Amino acid sequence: MSATTALGATIRAFNANKTSWFGLGVFLLVVALAILAPWIAPHDPIEQDIFAKLEPPSALHPLGTDYFGRDILSRLLYGARYSLVIGIASTLAAMLIGSTIGILAGWHGGRFDIIVMQAMDVMLAFPALILGLIIVAVLGPTLTNIVIAIAFTSIPAFARIARAPTISVKEREYIEACRSLGYSDTRIMFVHILPNIFAEILVMSSLWLASAIRTEASLAFIGLGLKPPTPTWGGMIREGFENILDSYWLALSPGVAILVVVFALNLLGDGLRDAVDPKLKGEQ
Amino acid sequence: MTAFVVRRLGFAVITLWAVLTLVFFIVRVVPGDPAQVVLGDQATADAIAAMRVRLGLDRPLAVQYFEFLWGALRGDWGTSLVTGRPVLLEVTEVLPWTIELTLAALLIGAVIGIPLGVWAAVNRNRIPDYVTRLASLLGLSFPAFVSGILLLIVFSIQLRWFPVISAQSDSVWAWLRSLALPAFNLGLIMAAYITRVARSAMLEVLSEDFVRTARAKGVPWRAVVWRHALRNALIPVITIVGLYLGVLIGNSVLTEIVFNRPGLGKLIVGALNQRDYTMLQGMMVIYTLVVIVVNLLTDLAYGAADPRVKLK
Repeated sequence: MSATTALGATIRAFNANKTSWFGLGVFLLVVALAILAPWIAPHDPIEQDIFAKLEPPSALHPLGTDYFGRDILSRLLYGARYSLVIGIASTLAAMLIGSTIGILAGWHGGRFDIIVMQAMDVMLAFPALILGLIIVAVLGPTLTNIVIAIAFTSIPAFARIARAPTISVKEREYIEACRSLGYSDTRIMFVHILPNIFAEILVMSSLWLASAIRTEASLAFIGLGLKPPTPTWGGMIREGFENILDSYWLALSPGVAILVVVFALNLLGDGLRDAVDPKLKGEQ
Repeated sequence: MTAFVVRRLGFAVITLWAVLTLVFFIVRVVPGDPAQVVLGDQATADAIAAMRVRLGLDRPLAVQYFEFLWGALRGDWGTSLVTGRPVLLEVTEVLPWTIELTLAALLIGAVIGIPLGVWAAVNRNRIPDYVTRLASLLGLSFPAFVSGILLLIVFSIQLRWFPVISAQSDSVWAWLRSLALPAFNLGLIMAAYITRVARSAMLEVLSEDFVRTARAKGVPWRAVVWRHALRNALIPVITIVGLYLGVLIGNSVLTEIVFNRPGLGKLIVGALNQRDYTMLQGMMVIYTLVVIVVNLLTDLAYGAADPRVKLK
């Protein structure tokens, strides 16, 4: 597929459901804000000001200040960086490992496929948040460990997504031709099958990125996020929740931020999925 | 049918064994000595040695493993390191709270989700369909703790319609009031999932021949939709309960924390914070059992509800 036709196919996929454009726009805006945080944040996100604690929104602090007098808008902007980095890294890791497992299972079939996919089903059935909680609690709440925990819980989903199209693609004639030419299994799987199923994997990855960001925030809310004073959205909600009776707005802005990003990614993924597989329209 | 049940039960037993083994080893790969982790950095060598004996860590790994499996089978999941009470007792004490919350949430999810899904499907590609799809997508984008906090701010703190702490059972009225907000929080998210599945299932059923035949015979549209089509579309909805069980359990943990309700969620978070490893092991066993039993029941219900499904 040439670059021009690939671009055309992508634009057509986006046009199939206009909300995808909106989702993409909002998500890119959040990414831009996160990248530009050091230049646009009005204050240092961890600088404390004990004379300005729990202040409601004002010109100096547009979203108010927290219990330690830290500027909430600045923490929100920097927090976006951690949410996005953890979300994207864990989704990429899960996509890489899960898709490899799925392609291998779909390609080899037989007993290998049954055992691997039943193991994946067991993992898929287990509550992701509980599994994530245990892994982070055991390994310790560092950025790498949180990424490992979230990736681990998403691997089975990617294995399932990659396996189904692999089974259908491997029966096609051009794969038969590859075999006749004596290509190795690895070459056929990753050079000839992967590009044909990549669109489906990529579409699902936007939905799983939404899920990963939500899981990271949930872990932080429970107390298994990055250690304070690092600003994370889930951690900010946790701190706000502790002061909810007198300063309820503290939890509001990070809550809305998570909702906006997750909703934008769901809009993006949902629309793209309609384009890739119209049969799935509206399913989650 | 019997062969299917036997095979599913066999798979359930293997799954349970796999998860128990995983749990056993996860708890033992804690960096450093688990006894040290439980007691903290200030513990003396004698205290650590005593704790190792108490946790059974002084025995060979194989012995520990088989004792753990045998204990789990007999319902002996050890005693909590914090309270000193049997783990099973601690779990069964709070289990009714979690069951009550999840059942109420499922009911709310079904009552809202199914009619909305049908309404959207019947009005496919028109405004009600777009609105329902957007609303359900928004619903499943909500982290349960964010929606819970919003409900708490509006209905408990601002309007004062519901108590802030949701664990009252002095009277039926107090019980209902304390259950309402957490159940709605969990139920609305569940409704979002159910709406989407009900909509796509209805779309598929409405395009089938028997629907066209019923209409050709002059059956009123309303009867076709609600009596003929919905009955067939409900089958996938049954499976969604099984499929989204993990989501429901995860969200119930967050809901219990926000509304300060007793339950499995609060128990597991308490165990994590206090490094109560025997309690964590027991909780993992309980969650695995719940997942396995619900998956089994879902499979069986699916086959029983639709005779066309061959239980292989």
